[in-house]
Amino acid sequence: MALKGLDIFKLSPKKNCKECGSPTCMAFSMKVAQGAVSIDACPYFSEDAKAQLNEATAPPMKTIKVGTGDHEFALGGETVLFRHEKTFVSKTRYAVAISNAMDDAAVEAKLAEIPKVDYDRIGERMFAEMVYVDYSADADKDKYLDIVKKAAGLSRVVVLGCEDVDVAKEAVELVKADKPILNGANASNYEAMNAVATAAGVTLGVKGADINELYDTVAAIEKLGNKNLVIDCGTNSIKEAYAIAVQFRKAAIKDSNRTCGYPSIVRADVLAKGDAHLQAALLSLFTMKYGSIIVTEQMTYAEALPLYGLRQNVFTDPQKPMKVEPGIYPLNGADENSICVTTVDFALTYFVVTAELERSGVPMNLIINDAGGLSVLTSWAAGKFSSGSIAKFFEEQKIEEKIKSRKLVIPGKVAVLKGELEAKLPGWEIIIAPREAVQLVKFFKELDL
Amino acid sequence: MPFTAKSGKFNAKINTVVVGTGDKAITIGGENVLPFYTFDDAIENAPKVGIEITDGGLAAEPECIQKFYEGCTTVADMAKKAATFEGVDFLSIRLEGGDPNGENKSTEELIQLVQEVADAVDVPLVVCGCKNVEKDAELLDKAASVLAGRNAMILAAKEENYKTIGASAGLAYKQIVGAESAVDINLAKQLNVLLTQLGVDGKSVVMNVGSAAAGYGFEYVVSTMDRVKAAALQQGDATLQMPIITPVASETWSVKEAISTEEDSPEWGSQEERGIDMEIETAAAVLASGSNAVILRHPESVKTIKNLISALV
Repeated sequence: MALKGLDIFKLSPKKNCKECGSPTCMAFSMKVAQGAVSIDACPYFSEDAKAQLNEATAPPMKTIKVGTGDHEFALGGETVLFRHEKTFVSKTRYAVAISNAMDDAAVEAKLAEIPKVDYDRIGERMFAEMVYVDYSADADKDKYLDIVKKAAGLSRVVVLGCEDVDVAKEAVELVKADKPILNGANASNYEAMNAVATAAGVTLGVKGADINELYDTVAAIEKLGNKNLVIDCGTNSIKEAYAIAVQFRKAAIKDSNRTCGYPSIVRADVLAKGDAHLQAALLSLFTMKYGSIIVTEQMTYAEALPLYGLRQNVFTDPQKPMKVEPGIYPLNGADENSICVTTVDFALTYFVVTAELERSGVPMNLIINDAGGLSVLTSWAAGKFSSGSIAKFFEEQKIEEKIKSRKLVIPGKVAVLKGELEAKLPGWEIIIAPREAVQLVKFFKELDL
Repeated sequence: MPFTAKSGKFNAKINTVVVGTGDKAITIGGENVLPFYTFDDAIENAPKVGIEITDGGLAAEPECIQKFYEGCTTVADMAKKAATFEGVDFLSIRLEGGDPNGENKSTEELIQLVQEVADAVDVPLVVCGCKNVEKDAELLDKAASVLAGRNAMILAAKEENYKTIGASAGLAYKQIVGAESAVDINLAKQLNVLLTQLGVDGKSVVMNVGSAAAGYGFEYVVSTMDRVKAAALQQGDATLQMPIITPVASETWSVKEAISTEEDSPEWGSQEERGIDMEIETAAAVLASGSNAVILRHPESVKTIKNLISALV
């Protein structure tokens, strides 16, 4: 939020002493507002006034960092409500829940299951980045601490879900070096819980019986000087959790209400307990609307494949197209004798085309050119997907050494390249594919190989 | 001091559209807030969930769905059964066999089928074409005619064939006209304007602004819907206030995650679960972006998405 010169002027000493180099305090305030000079150039601004101004110029939503090293993740820090306005900066992170109320076998099975989903999608590692260790007062405390230790061994950020101050203290002590989150403050324990979190230097999660109690508790903890917080959207109902996630984010970003400006944590594992499909729906819903951490009972490939794809899509820069790595992609069990097909490195083109090529079942080598991440016609018009660039790419990648087939299928939209390509790639038969991806299956089934 | 939020209620509203007739008719749209923002104002008409079958019948269904239609021999049997699944608000019949690049079934054959399906069920009907614009012009024109009086949704008129389909479905037979454009707010607006210039009542148009499976360029779908809703509600643009319907199933059941078998991708686990979750997660995401209706295929997805909607509205 931009601060107006007049707001700064109101806090200025109004001495017009010129020591800052500006003729008047008013002129100085205007320059500060534009960012032309630092407020420190004035020796007379009180510390109080400076603190107030710093507060006013701070971003609307805090960036909270949790975890350490390779497993450090930034949460929050968003400046917009919709992705077309500006890039969303901090991806939603997912936590798998384990509790001391589960029997030993179930705990072991969960611990073994979590690392299984770990794969690469367009250059990004996809896995559940967090483990939510939930404390049940009806179950054994030592068992809880034991699970916390084991969870810490999974190389993931540990979120301690524990509202019992004494247990929380012991648990935090075990893993505090790994910068976990302590999700346990509520209206009745927040002073003691805050002391535990601040003493250990960990992020504190805050919950409330409803949105008002939550808001008041956050405000009370802020008054104690702690702003390293996350907001728990609660477990009353899906409707209420959604209302908290959306209303807090809106209040922070649109109305500059900083008490709302913290990342959120959504307990899909409780909101849809025992219903894996409804949890999948919630994982998607809260990835779209303002969940910073979503807790789920399970993250198998079934949940993960669409979810991480969705997240990758939603958190891209709207002004920068997604690119895939140029190179040779063998499809349908292709080998060096299989036909070659070429297109551009625009991720959407790649996905649409590969899906159809795979459906055709015909073995082929898909050669992805470096076309600046643009679509076929755009890159062709920009000169980034031409006979010259294709021929050069073939040379760089040593395609002729790697592949024996001398048939190359090019996109129908650049049929005009056929002649030039035949000249630049002697010995190759250039075949023109249809203009639309949906026609590819039929085309390849009928193609005389 | 309790939390006080500024209301996000808008002065403009999404159009209210009724599909179908009688007790089973559904109403979509009518909201003056963003998707599921019930804290800003009440949402009168919750988004609706449809189930899709195709002219290909049982054989065309993914294997994991076939068991739900056990005992069905005809497409009309399947329609009857589909209408009874938990959470189903309407039925969609997709005429994909009409595609000249595919099976190229004749218009007569397919229209006969539409007639049989219509006779078998009393739930609201959506008829989807085969995606070939010339064939769809013919198919959907005839479909609109045999469904006269059913207040069905004809999905969809595109820029290339809106005149035929708009005139038939919108003017001659008074059905609900689906207007399909490809993930671009300007194209969506243009098609709505063209249809209304043709004389079609804007209040009987429902948009399909384009769809994609989660992970497959879905960011375009999100931003198109976000911007369409912003234009409709915030700026009060009447040419974009049509409710949105999103055919999810036709996108999600053809992607690798759903069709790769357990032999081909053993590490991925149950193929059925992958198919269901791809459908559920895509549907939840388009609903969060503002779809007023979604079309799904797996009965479990229908039930789950219906539960999600009931929990939110």
